[in-house]
Amino acid sequence: MQSVTYRKIKNHLMSGLMLACTLAVLIPLGLIFFHILKMGVSSLSLDFFTHVPAPTGEPGGGMANGMLGSAIMIGGASLIGLPIGILGAIYLSEFGGSRVSTVIRFAADVLSGTPSIITGMVAYTLLVVPMKGFSGLAGSVALAMIMIPIVLRTTEEQLKMVPGSLREASLALGVPFWRTSLKVTLRSALSGVLTGVLLAVARIAGETAPLLFTALGNQFWSKNVLQPMAALPLQIFSFAIAPYEDWHRLAWAGALVLVTVMFALSLTARYFGRTRRAG
Amino acid sequence: MGSCCTHETDQAAATGKKSEPAQARKLGGDAVFRYLTTFFAFSILAILALMLYEMAGESLPAIKEFGWKFVSSEEWDAVQGHFGALPYLYGSVVSSVLALLLATPLSIGAALFITEVAPGRLGSLVAPLVELLAAIPSVIYGLWGVLVMAPWLQSTVQPFLIEHFGFLPFFEGAPYGVSMLAAIFILMIMVVPIITSITREVLLAVPQSQKEAAIALGATRWETIRVAILPYGKSGILGAAILGLGRAIGETMAVTMVIGNAPNISLSLLSPAYTMPSVIANEFAETTSKLHASALMEIGLILMVVTLVVNAMARLLIWSVSRSAKGGAA
Repeated sequence: MQSVTYRKIKNHLMSGLMLACTLAVLIPLGLIFFHILKMGVSSLSLDFFTHVPAPTGEPGGGMANGMLGSAIMIGGASLIGLPIGILGAIYLSEFGGSRVSTVIRFAADVLSGTPSIITGMVAYTLLVVPMKGFSGLAGSVALAMIMIPIVLRTTEEQLKMVPGSLREASLALGVPFWRTSLKVTLRSALSGVLTGVLLAVARIAGETAPLLFTALGNQFWSKNVLQPMAALPLQIFSFAIAPYEDWHRLAWAGALVLVTVMFALSLTARYFGRTRRAG
Repeated sequence: MGSCCTHETDQAAATGKKSEPAQARKLGGDAVFRYLTTFFAFSILAILALMLYEMAGESLPAIKEFGWKFVSSEEWDAVQGHFGALPYLYGSVVSSVLALLLATPLSIGAALFITEVAPGRLGSLVAPLVELLAAIPSVIYGLWGVLVMAPWLQSTVQPFLIEHFGFLPFFEGAPYGVSMLAAIFILMIMVVPIITSITREVLLAVPQSQKEAAIALGATRWETIRVAILPYGKSGILGAAILGLGRAIGETMAVTMVIGNAPNISLSLLSPAYTMPSVIANEFAETTSKLHASALMEIGLILMVVTLVVNAMARLLIWSVSRSAKGGAA
């Protein structure tokens, strides 16, 4: 038997070690935030939100086209992904036989575990090659493939939490099943579903790899979804690895904007998630 | 739940006193709704099948041309039309495994601190912070890695390693900054929040009675962790680490930005290297021939299969813990 003092010392030593681990986890992440804030705030200007990137070597310019392109492609991905994700989830929670549902859930898990660059390759062979050109549409499809499994799983979980008595009450009043599903079941789970949707949007807003060979990027204003399209994460990537100090500053500013948008989205999502749990 | 409800509607509709056309419309609506949701649910299966089909179909030319030599040859020459993926496989395996070896102990320590050691509300303060960090996009880690971390490695860490450990094959050569070492560090920073938050969930699933039993026997906090908590959560923690591995193998942007993108197989961690996702990211938009595109597709296919296997393993392990925890409680 070891002495009590030895055991106590060991206990404190180990507690200290765990604290050290926590600090080691948090310090690099704190540093990343520090640099994004420091470099981003000093590089951010009104031009950043209103101008396209300046030609190589010229100072100034912004990432306005990237922000617009990202917004368009996220919108497109949502148009494709949300119906599939939400209606698919209704099938899983309201209709699905257990074996079929398991297979679909497994497929969704495989999809969400697949590296995002693969969805870019698939969208490239399905859309870019037949349409003979890079396009914002292909970018949207690649992003939708990432979005679908996230929306599916979160929505299904939320729908399953709706008590069966609510459904039965609605059906007993003679409301058809489809109206019950949409107006009662989905509606009572709405804030939770919204949380999942916002988290999925936040996730695809930062995706870069699937856009590399679908949207490709664009130095100019690009509003046509059948043409190559700029995106904020793509611009951050290409400016960060370019050898110009000015471009690095723009990349930092872009990073600050991207992180701010993502955190705003996930905070809103958390807010909705919380009101649901409270209510 | 589902099938019973539809049955009830049918009954309600059959015994209802509504006029004939209204009934038909209602049944029609339900049928349409059912087909519609079924269609969307199965479209997910279709997407996955299409993905596998496209990846396999497009890599067929490379598979036919090179066979097993594809994974054993080092030669990658787009002009001559020779494609061997060994340097990329090597780079992916070394960077993700070493990153995981560094990240796992840190994550377990942090998760234990959050769940067991942290006083009062500190734990519930740190936990959402870690979750938030898992959501930062990889291009931002890459930006920080290439503009802040790599120069720091080049000016401080690598010269130190060369001076004091240069006799080891792992630390020889010149300090480049962008290197295998930079990739390992950035991957470690990226997977730590993921492993930490899953490990935390696993630890929270350990039944209170297990801890109380250890405490009742007079165990200190560390002894409680060692004899009651860790053994119970063992396979779940292993699952968390493997999930981190899956993430690290597929990680594209951050690694591409800091690894240096040179197809070397070198023991030295200071030299630039290349990974499977990075070579796809750099070359796929500008392939020189059908065979080149096909070779990159085959790399993508390997990547997809590897992450699939790794993720399936991880999920089984985590699932086994949460299942047994539920079973224990019941």
